[in-house]
Amino acid sequence: MNPRTGFYPNWIAFQTILHREVTRFMRIWPQTLFPPVITMSLYFLIFGKFIGSQIRPIEGYVYIQYLVPGLVLMSIMNNSYANTSASFFLAKFNKSIEEMLIAPLSNLTILLGFMLGGAVRGLLVGLIVLVIGLLFTHIPLMHPLIMLFIAILSAMVFSLGGFINGIYAKRFDDISFIPTFVLTPLTYLGGVFYSTQQLPPLWRQLSWFNPIFSMVDSFRFGILGISDLPSFYGFAVVLLFFLALFAWAWYLLRKGVGIKV
Amino acid sequence: MTALSVRNLRKVYTNGTVALKGIDLDVAQGDFFALLGQNGAGKSTTIGIISSLITKTSGKISVLGHDLDLETAQVKSLLGVVPQEMNFSLFEKISDILIFQAGYYGIRRALAIERMEMYLNEMGLWHLRDQPAIQLSGGMKRRLMVARALMNQPKLLILDEPTAGVDVELRHSLWRFLTQLNEQGTTIILTTHYLEEAERLCKNVAIIDGGEIIEKANMKLLINRTSMQTLVFDLELPLFHAPKLDDYQTQLIDELTLEVQIKRGQSINELIQFLNEQNIRIASMRNKTNRLEELFLHLITENKRNKVDEP
Repeated sequence: MNPRTGFYPNWIAFQTILHREVTRFMRIWPQTLFPPVITMSLYFLIFGKFIGSQIRPIEGYVYIQYLVPGLVLMSIMNNSYANTSASFFLAKFNKSIEEMLIAPLSNLTILLGFMLGGAVRGLLVGLIVLVIGLLFTHIPLMHPLIMLFIAILSAMVFSLGGFINGIYAKRFDDISFIPTFVLTPLTYLGGVFYSTQQLPPLWRQLSWFNPIFSMVDSFRFGILGISDLPSFYGFAVVLLFFLALFAWAWYLLRKGVGIKV
Repeated sequence: MTALSVRNLRKVYTNGTVALKGIDLDVAQGDFFALLGQNGAGKSTTIGIISSLITKTSGKISVLGHDLDLETAQVKSLLGVVPQEMNFSLFEKISDILIFQAGYYGIRRALAIERMEMYLNEMGLWHLRDQPAIQLSGGMKRRLMVARALMNQPKLLILDEPTAGVDVELRHSLWRFLTQLNEQGTTIILTTHYLEEAERLCKNVAIIDGGEIIEKANMKLLINRTSMQTLVFDLELPLFHAPKLDDYQTQLIDELTLEVQIKRGQSINELIQFLNEQNIRIASMRNKTNRLEELFLHLITENKRNKVDEP
């Protein structure tokens, strides 16, 4: 067997892609890490402190406490998605993706490298937002393992979503379409800012079909120990989406969609 | 052993353009091989398919006995490719571009750093290693791509117009480097628009036109087939009429420049003697165009004419 093929070379290649991805978003930290800090601080201040002080507690938690898990997960999802979609599209745009395509690394290695690169950024921003949240209020970590599981898997799900978006994107506009017209509405209607218990029955039941709602709900259960749905529901949804998007992204990469002619 | 074997390679793009019409090509191990053709002839498509950037429609490719379809990773690990267009992130540090490339080939970091230092020194870019690639000139970017292609120390190096936009001095140093690399055993395939470059460096040549190989030959034998060449004489004293020389066609370009066409078999010594006899003083002499260029143009024109003649 050629010494440059097989598991070990692919392991080095995976580490290289991950390293490159992390180096990329750290190099441009004023664009990648800093804006969420400002935005989320404003959310905590305006919705949490100013408006939240006038809202009655939800299941025993003051409004700003209720808000923290949703905002942390929203940051994880948005940043994981944005990182992979922008990074992969730019690699296509400046043709640097060819550096990987001519090398003997497998499609799985490329996919894992990009996916985890995006997830690392999402989780890093999530951690920063959590720390900011702790500056505003006390947060109990009721089920830290559940919280970690949902955070990591959601980061990977959205990172895969960004990757698929990056594969299909032909123009810069194409990488902002899904976040603006699909993800933002689903996130804002996904229980980040309110409990579905406060909604009329029809809207409550409609919310349960929103996959982001089940992720936010399970993540909130991990932090605060409260949820609108049984917590396994969120697990099942996030796992299902992970498997489906992973298979889709791998298929596209194997077919060379958007990267080979 | 054959370094590269291409059999009946066809490529039809989704818009219906037939880029390759079933080409066959063999490049021997250790060869310095030129693949020549006009823009759109199919050179870059061929290279793109060999380097797995373009999907072939049909055909077989093998590199050093490994089938590209069945042993893709093995084939890729043996190849180094310098593409025609820039294909690296302009915002990455030069050293990172090389180290990352080595990483994609499964080369551990310590060895990658060693090679990065060696090849950046070789290409005269070591002092710029911490700069982002965007700060490099066009010629430096080309040299960076050559250095990057060498990081996996390929057995077969493919260069798609590596000296385009590179100044004369750097072009010559690159030629020296490639010759040395070839002497050390690396098989090299070169496409270029500078036919002088191909004539100077390459042992064998294939000419591709309209997606077909129209000529494959040893470079020297091919050049010897040139039927006619035009010599340009710079004169010491002005002339007002082109001299009449038996068997030679002459044309006065200006008072101090004379062009003479000579056929294969005609002697240049004899020509110079005739000119001396007519008191024409020669300051210098050169070929109007490179011999390979003349032959190339002749073959391309003939191929086009044959196609027009076909019913």
